[in-house]
Amino acid sequence: MTEAPLLDAAMVQTTVLTLKLAAVSTIVLLAVGTPLAWWLARARGLWKEVVASIVALPIVLPPTVLGFYLLIAMGPESPLTALLGRKLSFTFEGLVVGSVIYSLPFVVNPIRNAFEAMGERPMEVAATLRAAPLDAFFSVALPLAAPGLFTGAVLGFAHTVGEFGVILMIGGAIPGETKVLSVTVFDYVETLQWDKAHVLAGGMLAMSFLVILSMMLVERRLNGRRE
Amino acid sequence: MAFAKGFLHGTSIVAFMALTIAPSARAGEVLAAVAANFTGAANEIAAAFTEATGHTVIHSFGPTGQIYAQITQEAPFEVFLAADQARPERAEAEGYAVPGTRFTYGVGRVVLWSADDTLIDGTGAVLGSGDFTHIAIANPQTAPYGAAAVETMQGLGVFASLGDKIVQGMTITQTHQFVATGNAQLGFVALSQVLDDESGSRWMVPQDLYAPIRQDAVLLERGAENEAARAYLAFLKGPEARMIIEKFGYDTED
Repeated sequence: MTEAPLLDAAMVQTTVLTLKLAAVSTIVLLAVGTPLAWWLARARGLWKEVVASIVALPIVLPPTVLGFYLLIAMGPESPLTALLGRKLSFTFEGLVVGSVIYSLPFVVNPIRNAFEAMGERPMEVAATLRAAPLDAFFSVALPLAAPGLFTGAVLGFAHTVGEFGVILMIGGAIPGETKVLSVTVFDYVETLQWDKAHVLAGGMLAMSFLVILSMMLVERRLNGRRE
Repeated sequence: MAFAKGFLHGTSIVAFMALTIAPSARAGEVLAAVAANFTGAANEIAAAFTEATGHTVIHSFGPTGQIYAQITQEAPFEVFLAADQARPERAEAEGYAVPGTRFTYGVGRVVLWSADDTLIDGTGAVLGSGDFTHIAIANPQTAPYGAAAVETMQGLGVFASLGDKIVQGMTITQTHQFVATGNAQLGFVALSQVLDDESGSRWMVPQDLYAPIRQDAVLLERGAENEAARAYLAFLKGPEARMIIEKFGYDTED
């Protein structure tokens, strides 16, 4: 037996793919989650709670339940497939869709909290200064909610990296396309390649810790500045 | 009066229970780790086993590789029904299993199956035409059914050309799910999974195209002193269990 290198090509490929999936998902999550959070923070009535509950569902649902529904939704008979003209299962795009749904509450909730904490006042002031609503949103609301946006982005990214059940159900473990880190680690454990599993698992552990730590440090700074 | 009646009734239940338990005064429990593909057969065998001996079986179903990894980390399993021979052999060699207790309880058969009624014409021709976007197999590194699928495609000379159409299920169960939901138009599954399923189209892969999928069982060290565990393995070898195993689409060996 020859000495195996610490990282082989397959491990690099799965790491790059995972980071790419997390980055793309985070961008989509911010684009979708920010207006949604804004609406949730401003809207009144029963509808708001219904939508907020739907957004929060992935927190309580087992990933396998979500993955099972997604697998059906991405199947050949589904309206979604008819609408897109192609299947999303077993593709990178399919994983992005799954990740966005799965991580949505982790992005929407911090942003919504930030918008709510801001109150009505800044937007009213902007309006009296004749700022158009959209202008006020971008130049007043978003900067004020920056800590919430940052927390949401970090959580969305980290949560996507840590995703396993949903990806297992709709991914099909295609190298370079859908075989992400968590699946690769599972594979290594299954095939008794524990040395490789240790490298990836240890890397993910360290990365997760650093992400959460840096988030807390940044939040502390931002809060300190405001006091 | 009512009280006396209730009391009598109560004692008769106790007496009845004592009688039923009597033949198996040493009724025990077996904790069996079983390969996911054998789930249906295992449940039926367990019911027959309980009826015959009074012992009960508690199952833990999972992928064979994962079960093995758990066994090496002191999982409390007493018997191991694997989807292959490699893991029980290894368990024996590494001291997790009782030497000399290993045997083949079933031989799995591979079917190329599609939920589409017309895709497969009863032969493997569709593999050559490549007229589909995804074909599902079980992970060939961990699941023997996946390895058999790869061996079959290699034997037919179509493996290289199908390369980018292959999607992998973590287990044969998940592979079946991919095909059943139509996400993959076809896939290599276990006969036991589609035996009762008249729908779709299929090709029974000839057995000369892949090495027999022998599934071995072994007594684990944790169950060495458990009489119920030994009784369970003996029952698994017996005629009643063999009938169930064959009914579920596995061959048995002498």
